[in-house]
Amino acid sequence: MATIELKQVAKKFGDFYAVEPMDMTINDGEFVVLLGPSGCGKTTTLRMISGLETVTSGNILLGGRDVTWRNPSDRDIAFVFQLFALYPHMTARQNIAFPLQAEGASKQVINQRVAEVVELLEIENLLDQRPGGLSGGDRQRVALARALVRRPAAFLMDEPLGALDADFRETMRGEIKRLHIAQHATTVYVTHDQIEAMAMGDKIVVMSNAVIQQIGSPAEVYYDPSNLFVARFIGSPGMNLLTGHYANHKVSFSGLAQYEAPPEWNDALQGALGNEGDVIIGFRPESAHISPEGVLPGEVYAVDIHGSYSVLHVKLASNIEDFDIVHIRADRRITYPIGTQVKFDLDPAMVRFFNPSSEAAI
Amino acid sequence: MSNISLQSITKTFRDITALSNVSFDVKDGEFFVLLGPTGAGKTTTLRIIAGLETQDDGTVSFDDEDVSGLPPADRDVAFIFQQYSLYPTMSVYDNLAFPLRSPLRKMPAPEIKQRVETAAEMLRISHLLERKTAKLSGGEMQRVAIGRAIVRTPRVYLMDEPLSNLDAKLREALRIELQHLQKTQRSTTLFVTHDQIEALTMADRIGILREGQIVQIGTPEDIYDRPASTFVAELVGTPRINLVEARREDGAISIKGSQVRMSIPNSGTLPPSFLVGVRPEDVQPSNKGEYSGQIVLTEPLGVETIVHIRSGDRRFLSLIPGMTNLKLGDEVKFNIALDRLHFFDGKNGNRIT
Repeated sequence: MATIELKQVAKKFGDFYAVEPMDMTINDGEFVVLLGPSGCGKTTTLRMISGLETVTSGNILLGGRDVTWRNPSDRDIAFVFQLFALYPHMTARQNIAFPLQAEGASKQVINQRVAEVVELLEIENLLDQRPGGLSGGDRQRVALARALVRRPAAFLMDEPLGALDADFRETMRGEIKRLHIAQHATTVYVTHDQIEAMAMGDKIVVMSNAVIQQIGSPAEVYYDPSNLFVARFIGSPGMNLLTGHYANHKVSFSGLAQYEAPPEWNDALQGALGNEGDVIIGFRPESAHISPEGVLPGEVYAVDIHGSYSVLHVKLASNIEDFDIVHIRADRRITYPIGTQVKFDLDPAMVRFFNPSSEAAI
Repeated sequence: MSNISLQSITKTFRDITALSNVSFDVKDGEFFVLLGPTGAGKTTTLRIIAGLETQDDGTVSFDDEDVSGLPPADRDVAFIFQQYSLYPTMSVYDNLAFPLRSPLRKMPAPEIKQRVETAAEMLRISHLLERKTAKLSGGEMQRVAIGRAIVRTPRVYLMDEPLSNLDAKLREALRIELQHLQKTQRSTTLFVTHDQIEALTMADRIGILREGQIVQIGTPEDIYDRPASTFVAELVGTPRINLVEARREDGAISIKGSQVRMSIPNSGTLPPSFLVGVRPEDVQPSNKGEYSGQIVLTEPLGVETIVHIRSGDRRFLSLIPGMTNLKLGDEVKFNIALDRLHFFDGKNGNRIT
C-alpha cells in the first residue's frame, strides 16, 4: 500500500483549466473522498492519478515513486467505476479471478486470493452465476471483489454507488467502509453526494470550479467550513447564512437583533473587518432553537417532517436578499402551521463568520 | 379546486397487472403523495387520472362527477412531468402565457398579463420573465414548468417526480417552494415519487403502492410510527429500520442471535416467533445501557452519526445526534426504546398490533 502525492498537478483542456494547480497528499491507508458538484474537476483529478488522463503540469508520486508519465497498468492501482464492467459471459468466480489470470498467477494463488475476498464480501452463494442474473448490488459486490483480488497499492473509485437505488447505496456505503477498515488500502473515492463523503471519508477534499476549497475531516468541513461554498455544500440543508454587521464588538442581523460577539471571535472579527464592517453569519439548522424568548423573529414558510424530527423553514421578518429563509431543526411532535410567527435563538458557540467579499471564513 | 376519488381501479397491460383494485381519495386542497418503488404503478395511476391511459375497471371522479369517459383536455388537470417541456425559443413570459392564449379560452390580454405576473411572483421568477428558457438553470426551468401549470388554475395538479432530475440542493430548495405554494394556495395535488424523503417532508397524506396495490394510506406520522408491514417500515426512514427475528419468552422477547432480551408488559399477545422493528433513533448508546455490543462502524453525517453496533450475530444501527467519540472496536452499552418497538408477522410481514 502506498502514499499518493500530487504536486502542483493541473489539467487544461485548451485554455480552460479543468483542474487548477493543486497539492494533495493521501496518506498510506487513508480513505480520501473528492467531493464536489459535477464539473468541479474531481473525476479529472482521479483520472490523472490513475494515468487515464495525462497531466498538463505537475507531478504524481505513488509510494515516493514518480509515476507522472507511467502507463495506467504500471501504476499498480485498481479503478472501480460506476458502471459494473463485468464480463457477461463469465461467472462471478471467473470475473473475480480474471485479473490474477491475466497476471499469470498460479492456480493455487488464484484460488486462495479469490477465497479471501469472497469471504470478506460474503458472496459465496453468487460465485457460479453470471452477471446478468445478479441484482445491481450483487454485481457491485462482484466488481469490488475483482478490484480487491489484485491487492493493488491503491484503489480509485469513481462514484461506484451512483447507479444504485437509495437503499442499496446505504448498505454498500457501509460495506465499502468495512472493507477499507479490514484492509486499510489507500483509497481515493469520488462523489458528488456530501452524505456519502461525510459517512465514508477519513478526509474530505471539497472541490469547486477546478479548485480545492477545503481539505479536512468530516467534523472540520461540517463545523468549520473554510468558505461559503463549503458551508452551503455540506449538510442537508446546508448552513444558514445571514448578512449582518459588526461594530463595537456587537454583531447585528440586518435590523433584527444584536448579539454581543463571542469573546473568542472578537479578535478574529476585528482582525478581518477592523472596527466595523459587514459580515456573513453562518449557523447549522441544529444550532438554532425556537423559543418564545428568542431574539430573532420570523414566520414559518414550510415544514418538513422527517422521521424522527422536523425542519422548519422560517422566513425572516426583514427581507434579506437571497438569505431570507432560515432552516431550523425542531421537535417533530410540535406542529407549526405555515404562517405561524416564531422566535429563535442561536447557540453562540456554534456561530461561524464569513467575509462577504472574499467569502472566506473568519 | 376539486377532490379526486379513485374507485377500484384495475389496469392490465397484456398479461401484466399494473394496478389491482386501487381506491383512494385526494381531498380538496390536500397534498397527497403516492410513494412506491419503480414499477409499483404510480405513474400509471397518474396517467389514468389525467385520461392519458384508460382503466380496465373502476371509476375516476372529480367532485363526485365521473370523469372516466372524458378525454384528457376536458378533465382540466395540470400535469407536471420530470422532464420539463418548455418552448426553448420563447421567453419565460411567453411560456407562462402560452396555455392562456389558447383560442378556446378567449382570455383578454390584461388578464393573461396579470395571471402570468402573479404566478411568476409566487414562484420567485419575476426577474426571469424576459429570458429565453433555454438560458435557464434546471431549477429555474422546473419553476417555469410549475408556473405554466399554475396560471391555468386547473381543478387538480398531477406531478410525476418533478424534482428527480435536479441536484440535491436544488431539489431541497424547490421542495420548500412547492410545499409553501401548495399550502398557501390549497391546491389539490397528487404527487408521485419513489423518494421517501420527498413523501415524508411534503405530504399531508401518503399512499403507498406496491406491485399495483395500495398497502397503506396515512399521514407521514402514521406511516413512520405505525407502518402496516415490513415493506412500509423498510421503505420509509433513513437509515433503514432495524428488522430482526425474535422469540417470545415468558414476559419478555428475545432477539435471535443476540443477547438482547426485552421485558414487554403485553408480550403475551405476540405469537411465539415474529419480527421486531426498531428505528435507529430508538437505539441509543448509554453508559447505563442494558445491552452490550461492539462498534463495528461509525458514519458521521454532521448533524448526526450512524453507529453500527454488533451484539452477538446481530448488527443494530443507532442514530445519535452530532458527532461522536465512539470508535471502531469500542465496547458499548446501549438501550432500546421499548415503547417504540414495531412487531410484524414473520411470514407475511404484516404489522401485529
